[in-house]
Amino acid sequence: MLAQLRNRLESGSAEEYLSILFEKAERSRLNGFTTLAKESALESAREFDRKPWGGLMAGVPIAIKECISTSGIETNCSSRILQGYVPPFDAHVIERLKAEGAIVMGKTNMDEFAMGSSTETSCFGPTHNPWDLDCVPGGSSGGSAAVVAGGEAPAALGSDTGGSVRCPASFCGIVGLKPTYGLVSRFGLIAYANSLEQIGPLTQSVEDTALLMEIIAGHDWRDSTSAEMDRWSYLADLDKGVSGLKIGIPKEYFGEGVNKDVERAVWEAISTLEGLGASWQEVSLPHTRYALAAYYVIAMSEASSNLARFDGLRYGLRVGEDKDWHTTFSEIRAQGFGPEVKRRILLGTYALSAGYYGRYYLKALKVRTLIKEDFLHAFKDVDIVAGPTMPIPAFRIGERINDPLSLYLADVFTVPINLAGVPAISVPCGFAGRLPIGLQLIGRHFDEATVLRAAHAFETATSFHDARPEVV
Amino acid sequence: METEEVIIGLEIHVQLNRLQSKMFCGCSTAYHDSEPNTHTCPVCLGLPGSLPVLNRKAVEYGIKVGLALNCRIEEETLFYRKNYYYPDLPKGFQISQYDFPLATKGHIMILGDDGLERNIRINRAHMEEDPGRLVHAGTIDKAKYTMVDYNRCGMPLLEVVTEPDLHSPKEARAFLDKLKSILEYLEVFDGSLEGSMRVDANISLRGGDRTEVKNISGFKGVEKALSYEITRQRNIRRRNMTVVQETRHFDEIRNITVSIRSKVGAHDYRYFPECDLAPIRIAAWVPAIKDALPELPDAKRERFVRQYLMKDDHAKSLTSDIKVANFYEAVAACAEPRLAAVWIADVLKGELNYRNLGIDAFKVDDMAQIINLLSSAAITEDGAVEIIRAILDKKGGSPQEIVKARGLGRAEEDVVQKAVLEAVAENASAVADYRAGSERALNFIVGAVMKKTRGKADPGEVHRLVKAEVERI
Repeated sequence: MLAQLRNRLESGSAEEYLSILFEKAERSRLNGFTTLAKESALESAREFDRKPWGGLMAGVPIAIKECISTSGIETNCSSRILQGYVPPFDAHVIERLKAEGAIVMGKTNMDEFAMGSSTETSCFGPTHNPWDLDCVPGGSSGGSAAVVAGGEAPAALGSDTGGSVRCPASFCGIVGLKPTYGLVSRFGLIAYANSLEQIGPLTQSVEDTALLMEIIAGHDWRDSTSAEMDRWSYLADLDKGVSGLKIGIPKEYFGEGVNKDVERAVWEAISTLEGLGASWQEVSLPHTRYALAAYYVIAMSEASSNLARFDGLRYGLRVGEDKDWHTTFSEIRAQGFGPEVKRRILLGTYALSAGYYGRYYLKALKVRTLIKEDFLHAFKDVDIVAGPTMPIPAFRIGERINDPLSLYLADVFTVPINLAGVPAISVPCGFAGRLPIGLQLIGRHFDEATVLRAAHAFETATSFHDARPEVV
Repeated sequence: METEEVIIGLEIHVQLNRLQSKMFCGCSTAYHDSEPNTHTCPVCLGLPGSLPVLNRKAVEYGIKVGLALNCRIEEETLFYRKNYYYPDLPKGFQISQYDFPLATKGHIMILGDDGLERNIRINRAHMEEDPGRLVHAGTIDKAKYTMVDYNRCGMPLLEVVTEPDLHSPKEARAFLDKLKSILEYLEVFDGSLEGSMRVDANISLRGGDRTEVKNISGFKGVEKALSYEITRQRNIRRRNMTVVQETRHFDEIRNITVSIRSKVGAHDYRYFPECDLAPIRIAAWVPAIKDALPELPDAKRERFVRQYLMKDDHAKSLTSDIKVANFYEAVAACAEPRLAAVWIADVLKGELNYRNLGIDAFKVDDMAQIINLLSSAAITEDGAVEIIRAILDKKGGSPQEIVKARGLGRAEEDVVQKAVLEAVAENASAVADYRAGSERALNFIVGAVMKKTRGKADPGEVHRLVKAEVERI
């Protein structure tokens, strides 16, 4: 669809298309965008219309999550503490997108510093689910998912630390991929938990995700965890089907705590894949039940350190009169961070403290290794692993925000993937009432091609992704 | 008063300032003469979304130092985050090392207070990034605000930690001199730059708690801070009180140490691995670095004694500074080596120190000429000293020109002979005294000859000639 849009824009008007999107976004009740880069985007569009340039995304607008640095456009992680911060450089993915002709149309809402799975912890207020405005869009990349599902942007980038791309993709009925750790450069991504997170696309089709991966994947020397690999064409293999593909169904991903509609939709999806020539077998990921605890210990520990730089001294929020540095830092951080961010900084600081480090952080690292081994073991027998992305469909805004533990529990099937570093995609596979359900397909390290191929085969055989919410 | 044994351990922060770029970014390390905050980029300013990229050359330099300090080099090394808040630390953590530091368990030799060479054990050497620098308008007490200069931020540092093997401020100084000498031999460090070596000293009296004096700059500062601390701790003991374990600051102006925080407020740095940098397997780097290690001070000193047949004292003096050693060898290549050793170690170094100059203030050619003039007996020792001084004070050109201009050439033999004959004839009473058995009477005649030759004759030679003449007549 991005490819078709690109062709249409080449002969048509990028400015006109972009203006329609901006109008829609300005009228929107989703609260998906935090900043619309109207001036710079329209200027680029006019330039493109005068003299079209080439590239995989030539003239195509894209929405970017608030935590991905965009030169000249405010990047604030939906946090008060970073309000007014305009990065002097582009993230690697933004450079790549621009090099392929894309136009950055604006920044999208997120849970503050990506800490959440509902986009309710944003300092800009919650984003609404386009399928039901009373429901959350998922998170933390809820803004990106909502604007794509709501037709306000043709595609978006999000980031996924423990499910932050896949969860909102699932809740909003679109496609979202978390790439293998190391495949996409994190240069310019404002860190929440740096050993876990990757930037990933949120799109209306698997093909669009493959196209964006073609652009953003690849080595970048500025990120030392970026893998040095040959460039891969994700589009070339997309149509090869699933005949002979072996799918693993982890028994731990079904049963207690999983919504019946979700379970039914996912099993139907597996049957669909079987009908297309794939086979399935049960596999076991026995350490799944320790994943949430390990994930939150690691993520919060890293966050407590990653967020230490926000002291207001060089950029971002400044409050009242300056006092001695200690008091000033404290006041700025007290006013700049929201309650969920404070909670995670405190818990992470605690977990790393002398005397607790071994009991929490080191133990979590050991669990992480076991979870990774679970996947490596499963992938000896199967090519991909399939299950629900989220155990539940989107919940109502405000329903869980005061019960952090129940919010954390919703990440049960997404966090093991980040701990293991493997790639996973969420594709629409049905509805619970009005609300979309996502199928999660998990692949071997750096085997995005197989994940995308299976997702594309499923998408081609079904019509869930064609459904559009009726929102204004 | 009983004097309890003093126990000192040092932590030395060495800037690897011969590197071109900082530890984790491409910013230049040559910030010393620059405007504040002009040697910065998103990485060393810790801007959101920036990531560190390891300067592999810095690790190479670190391994070099580790090997020179006789350390064991880890097969794989990794970086940790040391978490604390301070305005000069833009990320809120410092990238440092913790478990698996670059180098462990080494030792270097120093001359102890007892006059014997002794091994001082090195606990570890690890790498880290330098923080920025706080600048106060005027003094800390009076400044209304503090400014931060991030130019230094991200400078590659090597922290060398000794075991508590030092027993006096003087030994601490000897250790630092030796360390500096080795670092300069390795060409990883320029000690002339401000803040290039900063020392934390742990000090206690046997049986007592230790205090840590932080961030002392300058070797003289270390000696003074330690001396003050020893006196302070002894006085506490004499009053039957106990030394509190705490961190202290050395006030360079008042020459005292002051408490900055007690153990109760000790930092928990919450070290944990820096996941933005992968562990680096360095085992494979070591052989090549080892092969390329230069000759180090101790080895050079031994070779100088062996090869140039000089005294060990001279060899030590000539090898403590690599520049002096190189200067000496260049001179020795074209002048008599033993004479050169004496003159450079005993005379030239003294004249340079007196003027606060380095060896580069003197040309190898000039020194070689002076040694050659001396060894061909064309000038006297006094003349040689005068030439050296004239060159250093920029009062003359080459040694030859100075000899000519000042008439420092040694007197011709017949001139000396003539002066001897005259002096003996003119001092009959001295001759009589000599014959009466007073050896010293000869010196009077020698003095007269020297006066006649305006000091250009060789005193020893004159003495021989005078004696011969007196005994002949």
